[in-house]
Amino acid sequence: MINQELIGKWSTPVENWIERGAVRKFAEAIGDPNPLYVDETYAKKSRHGRLIAPPTFARTLDYGVIDGLVIPTEGLIHGEQQFHFERPLYVGETIWCSYRLGESYSRSGSLGKMIFLIFEEKGVTSQGEILFTSRSTVIMTQGSDT
Amino acid sequence: MRYPVGTSLPTLIKGPITKMDLVKYSGASGDFNPIHTIEEFAEQAGLGGIIAHGMLSMAYVGQVVTDFAGTDADLIDFGVRFRAMVRPGDKVICKGTISKVEEKEDGEYVYLQVVAETESSQVVIKGNATLRY
Repeated sequence: MINQELIGKWSTPVENWIERGAVRKFAEAIGDPNPLYVDETYAKKSRHGRLIAPPTFARTLDYGVIDGLVIPTEGLIHGEQQFHFERPLYVGETIWCSYRLGESYSRSGSLGKMIFLIFEEKGVTSQGEILFTSRSTVIMTQGSDT
Repeated sequence: MRYPVGTSLPTLIKGPITKMDLVKYSGASGDFNPIHTIEEFAEQAGLGGIIAHGMLSMAYVGQVVTDFAGTDADLIDFGVRFRAMVRPGDKVICKGTISKVEEKEDGEYVYLQVVAETESSQVVIKGNATLRY
């Protein structure tokens, strides 16, 4: 079971550099040829004035660790994912990312007892402005609780 | 109003997903959970074989939205529920519809409903997105 005292505790923010090569590889992996992610000349002329990252790239960043929080790696189901952006992620910028376990509750369902974990993440610029927030619902099934 | 409510976005068909696509996504995303890449592991986990990353399908649906937005609009909100598993060999058919348009102080907001389904019409993702023009 999840230690209830850890709920709401933020991880120490981690510095993430939005690397051009990483964004290009990600865009390739999702098969998205959007020139805003890879074509510098095109992107410079766009409203953003630079290359940007695909929205779901935010999920790949390092959000740090919460001391004492142990989540099993097997038997987890990603139930929901939400992002809220103030603006796109810019290639070349530094974003400080952290997360917390917002809430946790259990329910009985078709898969037996399920524990719902609602994680909240945020990305903050070096100037301290919130760039994006996100929410991830992860479901632990009985098998993963052992 | 830029686009009337009910307007359908161009459908995007991704796949059929290959195991190599999942290897590439694992590397690019850093999600190396072996249920997405190692057949024996996925079998033992009771999944009946490899399953695709949910976030890969979300990225596919995201492409429908960002293609529509082009360089004119910003994606403000994007959220999905993962409804069913996607497996190698599946095509993921991604669709979007405009559900609401709202004029606000800082721009025109276009609300979209998005869905991804397999060829057999199994819904794998349902969600929504908000664009600001």
